[in-house]
Amino acid sequence: MSTLEQPAAAPQKLRKKKGFFGEIWTNKFLYLLAMPAIVYTFIYCYMSLPYIAIAFEKFNYKTGIFSEFVGLQNFEHFFASSWAWTVTRNTLVINILFLIVGTVCAVLLAIVLNEIRAKKFLKVSQSTMLFPYFISWVIVSYMLQGILGTDNGFINNMMAAGGGDRISFYQQPGYWYPILLILHIWKTTGYSAIIYLAAITGIDEGLYEAAYIDGATRMKRIRYITMPLLMPTICIMTLMSIGRIFYGDFGMFYAIIRDNSSLMPIAEVIDTYVYRTFKNTGNPSLSMAVGLYQSVVGFILVFTSNTLVKKFFPEGALF
Amino acid sequence: MTRESITNAKNKINRGTADKIQQVIIYIVVTLFALACIVPFILVIIVSFTHEKSVTLNGYSFFPEQWSTAAYQLLFSSRSAVPQAYKITTISTVVGTLTATLITFGAGYTLANKQCRYRNGLSLYFYITMVFSAGLVPWYMISKAIGAYDNIWALIVPSLLFSPFNMFLVRNFVRGIPDELNESARIDGAGEVRIAFAIYLPLCMPVIATVALFYAIGYWNNYFNAVMLIDNKEYFSLQMLLFKIQSEITEMQRVAQGAMRSNPPKESFKMATSVITMGPIILLYPFLQKYFVKGMVVGAVKG
Repeated sequence: MSTLEQPAAAPQKLRKKKGFFGEIWTNKFLYLLAMPAIVYTFIYCYMSLPYIAIAFEKFNYKTGIFSEFVGLQNFEHFFASSWAWTVTRNTLVINILFLIVGTVCAVLLAIVLNEIRAKKFLKVSQSTMLFPYFISWVIVSYMLQGILGTDNGFINNMMAAGGGDRISFYQQPGYWYPILLILHIWKTTGYSAIIYLAAITGIDEGLYEAAYIDGATRMKRIRYITMPLLMPTICIMTLMSIGRIFYGDFGMFYAIIRDNSSLMPIAEVIDTYVYRTFKNTGNPSLSMAVGLYQSVVGFILVFTSNTLVKKFFPEGALF
Repeated sequence: MTRESITNAKNKINRGTADKIQQVIIYIVVTLFALACIVPFILVIIVSFTHEKSVTLNGYSFFPEQWSTAAYQLLFSSRSAVPQAYKITTISTVVGTLTATLITFGAGYTLANKQCRYRNGLSLYFYITMVFSAGLVPWYMISKAIGAYDNIWALIVPSLLFSPFNMFLVRNFVRGIPDELNESARIDGAGEVRIAFAIYLPLCMPVIATVALFYAIGYWNNYFNAVMLIDNKEYFSLQMLLFKIQSEITEMQRVAQGAMRSNPPKESFKMATSVITMGPIILLYPFLQKYFVKGMVVGAVKG
């Protein structure tokens, strides 16, 4: 603490020589400003690390993180069950579907929006497309029930009116990869398209004019100017999403699937499984083990993708 | 030369008709997608005003046989838990958003400040939490340990109070402001507090607005915290109440007397609750959209 005695207004040149406490003292206001975030992050992220021990224990609420050590038993239990494969597959398949189809739709929408010259039409349609993004999954889940419900859902009513049979969507897992995909596209495309549209807007107008004068059709202008110049943005966004591929969107899946066990073979993802083993089954150790499996694989993916972004697109890296 | 000019001329003629067809297709595609985005919400609003008998008989329909405001009457009746949930959600959203934005600005400002020697170390400190998280179980236990359980703090503090992503948005924005501003303010005798809050904060308004909106939407739409950390119905947030509405309706039916019991507006009640849950988002939408789009562009393209 003796360094605190140093004059606060020390000349700039001397700053390098100051120790840790000297630096803190000189910029005490700045560190004070950052302190709430530092403390919050410490509590929620760094203090959570000791809890990982639970994954290797038979958890007991009395003894907490010092429960009986059981080694890899929880992991063995998980990987021996059919759930390990089911939830890993679902998470990956659904996220890859979301990623590929989502990107294609967003890029297409951005290109199409860029071709629209009527300003007012553009503004109104864009506002409309962004709207679902702001609505919670709980509301979306009721909307979906209104559309797919067996007894009074919109689609089933139309089919019944047309003389067809009613389909109980909520009992048949087969329909759900496409349904989830459509929901995802519906909710996020308007939003993701903004990023791509901004990138397209940033392209030099002169390129298009030159191409137009040289006789390039609209398709050719899109194919040879827009697409290549949009590629870096697409790559960055895709790489960033690949990093998140091992994480399911809990808010979405739990609101829509809930505890419907007939849809779980298709729609149970790692996040909902971790939740269920913790809250419904009441097995924190198993839940922690599965959570750790997700964290480790997730970390490798996120880290790799971020490194790749930094290497190839330095301007696109957040950190 | 001549051959080229002929192809050019041909292209121009083709371009005329092809262009028009493409233009029409583009407008149709955009219109259809825009409609697909908005029509389900219209259905929700219509069903919320539909008489329950019509829903049971004809299902969800854009053209109900019988209209009714019974759902809304029930919603605002004394038996309803909706007003209380509305209060809880409003409090957590307002308090949470203000605090979160302030915390985020503080950290982002410090990390962008060249005077702060440990700024890169701190950036790493925050960055690590973006790539690794220990998951649900520690999150739950820590929340419980710090007392954010079964009270209003459970809806404010865990997860939602600070996002390193938003902080990096602020940091990058502050970095874009020339250092000379800081220096000249210092020379003119402005103190640290004044530089941060009277000079930088107003300049950062665009990014602050965006970040605040991210937080506000996060708070308003969150039901995860309530699912995990709230048992007492007093503290159910609006989304949570909506999530559990099935049991809520059964409960109200049990308590309800007379006419209500014979034909409770079940489906329309669900939809009416959805409508009032969407209410603030619809009201603030123009504002929301403006800053959201701005922030997205700042965050994603200029990173």
